[in-house]
Amino acid sequence: MEYHELTIEGAKKHLLEKKLSSVDLTSALLDRIEKFDDGIGAFITVDKQMALEEAENADKDIANNKFSTLTGVPIALKDLLCTKGIKTTCASKILDNFVPQYNGTVVQKLKESGAIIIGKTNLDEFAMGSSTENSAYKNTTNPWNKAYVPGGSSGGSAAAVSAQFCCAALGTDTGGSIRQPASHCGVVGLKPTYGRVSRFGLVSYASSLDQIGPITKDVKDAAVLLNVISGNDKMDSTSAKVDVPDFTKAMDQFEKGSLKGLTAGIPKEYLSVEGIDPEVEKVFNEAKLIFKDLGVQLKEISLPHTDYVVAAYYIIAPCEASSNLARFDGVKYGFRDTSSDDLIDMYKKTKSKGFGPEVQRRIIIGTYALSAGYYDAYYGRASQVRTLIMEDFSNAFKSCDFVLSPVAPAPAFKIGEKVDDPLTMYLTDIFTLSANMAGIPGISIPAGYASNGLPIGIQMMSNRFDEMSLLRAGYGFEKTIQLNKKFPNL
Amino acid sequence: MKISKDEVEKIAHLARLEIDDSQKEKMAEQLSNILQYIDKLKDVDVEGVKLSSGAAFMNNVLRPDVQKVSPGPDVTLANAPQRDEDFYVVPRVVK
Repeated sequence: MEYHELTIEGAKKHLLEKKLSSVDLTSALLDRIEKFDDGIGAFITVDKQMALEEAENADKDIANNKFSTLTGVPIALKDLLCTKGIKTTCASKILDNFVPQYNGTVVQKLKESGAIIIGKTNLDEFAMGSSTENSAYKNTTNPWNKAYVPGGSSGGSAAAVSAQFCCAALGTDTGGSIRQPASHCGVVGLKPTYGRVSRFGLVSYASSLDQIGPITKDVKDAAVLLNVISGNDKMDSTSAKVDVPDFTKAMDQFEKGSLKGLTAGIPKEYLSVEGIDPEVEKVFNEAKLIFKDLGVQLKEISLPHTDYVVAAYYIIAPCEASSNLARFDGVKYGFRDTSSDDLIDMYKKTKSKGFGPEVQRRIIIGTYALSAGYYDAYYGRASQVRTLIMEDFSNAFKSCDFVLSPVAPAPAFKIGEKVDDPLTMYLTDIFTLSANMAGIPGISIPAGYASNGLPIGIQMMSNRFDEMSLLRAGYGFEKTIQLNKKFPNL
Repeated sequence: MKISKDEVEKIAHLARLEIDDSQKEKMAEQLSNILQYIDKLKDVDVEGVKLSSGAAFMNNVLRPDVQKVSPGPDVTLANAPQRDEDFYVVPRVVK
């Protein structure tokens, strides 16, 4: 077994049995990053020295029999999560020199659990995109085939896990940004219920939709990471005061009773979505058969407002973004253009030079939709449609435990293929946006490959705070199809 | 909804953005396409439907008002693009 092949659980076992030190593991991964990341571009920042110091401390703890859940395990973080003393760019020029003075809650929790922060991963600028091509720094390539995108916006995190540069990573998901890149890179991605994980220290894109979650090599690791990052936080008043179960119990539930008694809903509207790739459909149909064999009852359900999800989302998210991103004005942090001595001019030049085209586009859409005379027609109406989408799901979960669907209509596309056509890019988010709109959890699990070798995942979504069903069903599916051991040759 | 070049300019000003002249036409076209697509929301019957601003539990989150030590100006202003002692420096506002 090569070090880089280790999952969180695998690494823990080796570390605790003292077969391996965290310094050796971290060094092996850092070497691998140095050797291969030029071609992948998963990372924006790797602080070798800091990572190795943390690993040394972890080894001391292990020698003193002080173990925590992630002691000595290297984890990568999307560069949208504030890390004290480590540059946090959001893949934007406007935060090129931004060094947070505090850790986000999830980062703090990871550190308290003993994790090693191995690096900060690339993303679409401020998480706006589905291909990681909107990064101001670099393109990330798909480790399975470097001519293709890794998906987005957490493309760096998904590529880092797929390229085995880390044991696991955190991403963020506002409209599919964990699940879609996980699907394109052949790894597991989980978007928790809205409110399950604190957003404090996550740079906001669309606050009512954003959620942090794990991207991992297998389902059990997703449960382990979710255990660490979940919970109410006084620093985020939208974080929910609900009990956090031990998510690894989902594996036991499967071992005891397979998936008998679970019902999967197949939305009839999803099958008539335009432009579904036949290879995606094939993988989806095979997945249905696997679930059936595992004892899941399949049932056709209806989500009547599916056709309006993309339109409502691409009003709500840009509206929230236009408000959230107003803070980057060149005064308190980040880049400032100094060519003008007029305040308004300074704002304009700072923002226009600091933000990339997609970010500016979304700010403009949001500003337009919220401007006087248009508010009711756009934001108001979209918020009503959001209510209807939520009701669709509440009704669906009366008769099924989870909704089964593809993650994206097609496997990863070629780099550069869609950059000039934002609307076409938005339409590829059709299956993932609903979970954010309704605040429910969703998971993406590797399920097969296209004929060109690129991975294809399937998605499950469950009722609010029922990540357990997703992990149980996901674990059963993974155990049957066994794609969790397959990684690309770099 | 069709967006003109002038409207792009007007919205950009509201958002404190400066769109390059060569980009305005393209931006107007892309925005028009997107808004045209979004117009399909008009087909939904929303009569009497309440607005949802999110999926968070909508209860107040309160905390006792206690005095704490502030992180201090060196932490607060650590990322300031321009500072003078304990102050942010901005272009002159009052002329």
